[in-house]
Amino acid sequence: MSKAVSSAGVSNSGIGASVKRREDVRFITGQGSYVSDVEMQRQTYAVFIRSPHARARILEIDASAALAMPGVLAVLSGAEMAADGIADLPCGWAVVSKDDSPMKVAPHPTMAVDSVNYVGEPLGVVIAESLQIARDAAEQVLVDYEELDAVISLAGAISAEQIYPEIPNNLCYEWALGDEAETNAAFESADHISQLDLSNNRLIPNAMEPRAAVAEFDATNDSYTIYTTSQNPHLERLVLSAFVQLAPEHKLRIIAPDVGGGFGSKIFVYPEETAAAWASKKVSRPVKWTCDRAESFLSDAHGRDHLTRVELALDKQGLFLGLRVKTTANLGAYLSLFASAVPTYLYGTLLAGQYKTPAIYVEVQGVYTNTTPVDAYRGAGRPEATYVVERIVETAARELGIDPAELRRRNFIQPSDFPYETPVALVYDTGNYGASLDKALELARYDSFAERKAEAQSRGKLRGLGFSCYIEACGLAPSQLAMQLGAGVGLFESGEVRVNPTGNVTVFTGSHSHGQGHETTFAQVVSDRLGIDLDSVEIVHGDTGRVEYGLGTYGSRSIAVGGSALVLATDKIISKCKVIVAHLLDSEADLIDFEDGTFTLRDSNQSMDFAEVAAAAYFPATFPEDLEPGLTATAFYDPDNFTFPAGTHICELEIDPDTGVIEIIQFVAVDDFGKVINPMIVEGQVHGGLAQGIGQALLEEAVYDEYGQLQTGSFMDYCMPRADDVPNFVVDTTVTPCTHNPLGVKGCGEAGAIGSPPAVINAVTDAIGIKNISMPATSEKVWRACQQSKSSSGGAV
Amino acid sequence: MSAEQILIWGGGIMYEFKYHKASSLDEAQSLKTNTADGIYLAGGQTLIPTFKQRLAAPSDVIDLAGIEELRGISTSGSVLSIGAMTLHAEVAASTEVRDSIPALAVLAGLIGDAQVRNRGTIGGSVANSDPAADYPAAVVTLNSSVITTQRTIVGTEFFQGLFETALTEGELITRLEFTVPDRCAYAKFPNPASRYAVVGVMIAEYSGKIQVGVTGAAGCAFRALALEDALNSDASSAAIDAVHIDVENFNSDMHASAEYRAQLVRVMAKRALAAL
Repeated sequence: MSKAVSSAGVSNSGIGASVKRREDVRFITGQGSYVSDVEMQRQTYAVFIRSPHARARILEIDASAALAMPGVLAVLSGAEMAADGIADLPCGWAVVSKDDSPMKVAPHPTMAVDSVNYVGEPLGVVIAESLQIARDAAEQVLVDYEELDAVISLAGAISAEQIYPEIPNNLCYEWALGDEAETNAAFESADHISQLDLSNNRLIPNAMEPRAAVAEFDATNDSYTIYTTSQNPHLERLVLSAFVQLAPEHKLRIIAPDVGGGFGSKIFVYPEETAAAWASKKVSRPVKWTCDRAESFLSDAHGRDHLTRVELALDKQGLFLGLRVKTTANLGAYLSLFASAVPTYLYGTLLAGQYKTPAIYVEVQGVYTNTTPVDAYRGAGRPEATYVVERIVETAARELGIDPAELRRRNFIQPSDFPYETPVALVYDTGNYGASLDKALELARYDSFAERKAEAQSRGKLRGLGFSCYIEACGLAPSQLAMQLGAGVGLFESGEVRVNPTGNVTVFTGSHSHGQGHETTFAQVVSDRLGIDLDSVEIVHGDTGRVEYGLGTYGSRSIAVGGSALVLATDKIISKCKVIVAHLLDSEADLIDFEDGTFTLRDSNQSMDFAEVAAAAYFPATFPEDLEPGLTATAFYDPDNFTFPAGTHICELEIDPDTGVIEIIQFVAVDDFGKVINPMIVEGQVHGGLAQGIGQALLEEAVYDEYGQLQTGSFMDYCMPRADDVPNFVVDTTVTPCTHNPLGVKGCGEAGAIGSPPAVINAVTDAIGIKNISMPATSEKVWRACQQSKSSSGGAV
Repeated sequence: MSAEQILIWGGGIMYEFKYHKASSLDEAQSLKTNTADGIYLAGGQTLIPTFKQRLAAPSDVIDLAGIEELRGISTSGSVLSIGAMTLHAEVAASTEVRDSIPALAVLAGLIGDAQVRNRGTIGGSVANSDPAADYPAAVVTLNSSVITTQRTIVGTEFFQGLFETALTEGELITRLEFTVPDRCAYAKFPNPASRYAVVGVMIAEYSGKIQVGVTGAAGCAFRALALEDALNSDASSAAIDAVHIDVENFNSDMHASAEYRAQLVRVMAKRALAAL
């Protein structure tokens, strides 16, 4: 089988080729099949009753008027659900406090039973013949509440009223990592200490497709089929069976078809799909639920929301001696599925950044408030860590009068240092941080920045430049390490390659694509490995009834873990093919070579192409007893280590001091993702991540009032970045292949969102000449900072 | 938003109502009179979201989009006349508007987004008196008249407060008349999320006299008389800087404090002045 090869030697469709995304034709022509596109016979509709109060006791639910309405099938409460044996929603990562006590888990009924603890918390559901009837009926359900004082402010939560009787100070855990004594000693010997108080703003994920579920209970075999917007259908099935007790695992089929974005928010098992499934059994009809946008704002798990004090100790030469970090993290009203891990293991472990800081100590207080649960959102912990490290490093550079690029360079872990063990529990396998910094400096024309700043000043504009040299840990995760650290599941991935008799291939992956382009990238990997056409490879994902097993997609793990599983599976296929070829050519398997889709008997002119071998596997006319027919292989890949994408982002922007409006003039991102399968898709992932990072830095913020009502509950008030808010990005890569997975890949889904916020804020503070400004740096905040800077510097800006 | 209002969600499902598409002004008015709790729909860019949030429950909705006599743009002498149901996109693209009051075409082109501009109407916007809408700046600045089914209202007397106008129950705007100025410019500072005006300032000059209208800053659009006085003695940026902007009635919310709005009034006034 021949394949087109470009002049550069890269196949037009194999690893390294910018193949256009195969799935996009259906997405951009409206042919995608999303959960809400699923229509079932005799389908009913669910509308949830949600708490209007941030904290209250439920005294009575009177559904009599609603139940009397024609077309209403049921009004079901959290109490009935609990009575039916539906258990609490679990948190899948057990974090232990520094005093060795386990984290304190707030009871989290799937729907509220006795009390509600955030605005939007579901406490009941109406099931009706139509959405119109369900919504009208929901309005007739009268709930009598006893309102209680709510804890909203993160800063005051520990000293505020106790939300749960069993959880003093609203403190879920006080976690620590690193050597406190050693770090304190480093500060005592320091020549300079820089300090910053930082906040990491609360964000609302806003996937384009709202969450949805269509659930059907089949009484003939006591099983459920649940279509839902999930990033990890097998994990959803595991949680719904082993923890929530909805049904045994083999009686649950979870299908996550086309899913329109997740950014983390669709990792978690939520009340709604669980309630829809349970209700479908209660009413003996399929139940459909689609979140509306206002509901999404309130009920999708939010992201970030930290308050941090960071201190960096340096010597006279600007070498880092120690880093001390104290963070308060808002967990919301309940622990969402991975909430506990995000501000701890996914955050504290990244505080070494790209630097050889010898001593690091971090303490994190995870606190409950009467707000929507907070969990992983694009980057999950790593953006928070990067923000802390890259803001304090830039601050130290300015305070010491050392060029910020130079200060970073002096402290970089050098290529010869790898593998490098950080003081915060990670071992970086490889990297070349100087290389990405150099390339970024060149692309950003750093040498001539001063001229551009002066030119801007002549126009009355403030020009600033900011760096971020980020690192992240992707490829979640070595199961043994993750489980030692409290993870409730192993984090391997599975893949199956099924070669059909006619030589084409159906591939089943436990990764889930909700916009990432796996149907293209994974097909490139498999077609490249097997030497067959891209069009001969079909990728199947997102269905527990078809895919053997999977842990899903989050933490930029799909190509590094899911892709590696497929490589192992193709290796098994190739091995089996060699046995078959050896049999047919009357030779030995270890004398068969495989290249570009052709099996050749070494030192001979005898060969068979892949399709011929596939056919032989299914038409085994002469197979001996010990050679099984068929050609299919499954592999589970458990990584040895995380992968560590890293890079340099440089933001250059201009501020209009009269209005505080920021224009990003140039944004350079040079990333090291290891080997790249599809450069175009990787670039797209970077663009999207950068837009979200810039959104966090300049535009987005979830704001609650003192009563816990979300003030930014729609796109009229919550500012998502749009195309005209971001510049044309300058994106490039450097490559140090990952040392421990077969593709040498690291993952690219989150880097943009991780690296960019500190680059933007460092540029803002540089432009104005101030130490700090909080995210989002809105025009009014920037204008005020300009005013203050002007008055404190005697009028010269 | 009160607790009761946000109790229920469900796919933006509105209360049921009866929809009528009137083909004449007479038919629309008769429908309004003969329905229990009818409401006019003039583009619906505010009203439909209100329905979807279930903040309104009319018995009948009377759509004015099919009434030809409420549409169209014409000039007669120094007067530019725009039918109430003329779309923002039509105003933005109109040769008549661009030739007579180009700043008004610019203003229309800055409203919302392409979808809003192709549904929203000038009459609907003006009748709503949203404090952050753009058109009211033009209505108060451009020696305008609001022509209704009952009378002619002077533009400067039309807006009376937050979502309050001089219109009486059932009174419909049929068209707006703007007096073509010698020079005119509009400068807008949009809310980055909604793209409504945080502050919008229109400056027009009639026979050497400068008029300044402001939207976004207060409960409704108003004429900034202190700015006008200053500019009429010295039409310069420095004159604007010297004016004390009284923020007593200014809006202050999470998007912009009153103080910031005052600054934006100054800056937008300077930009409009520079663009005159």
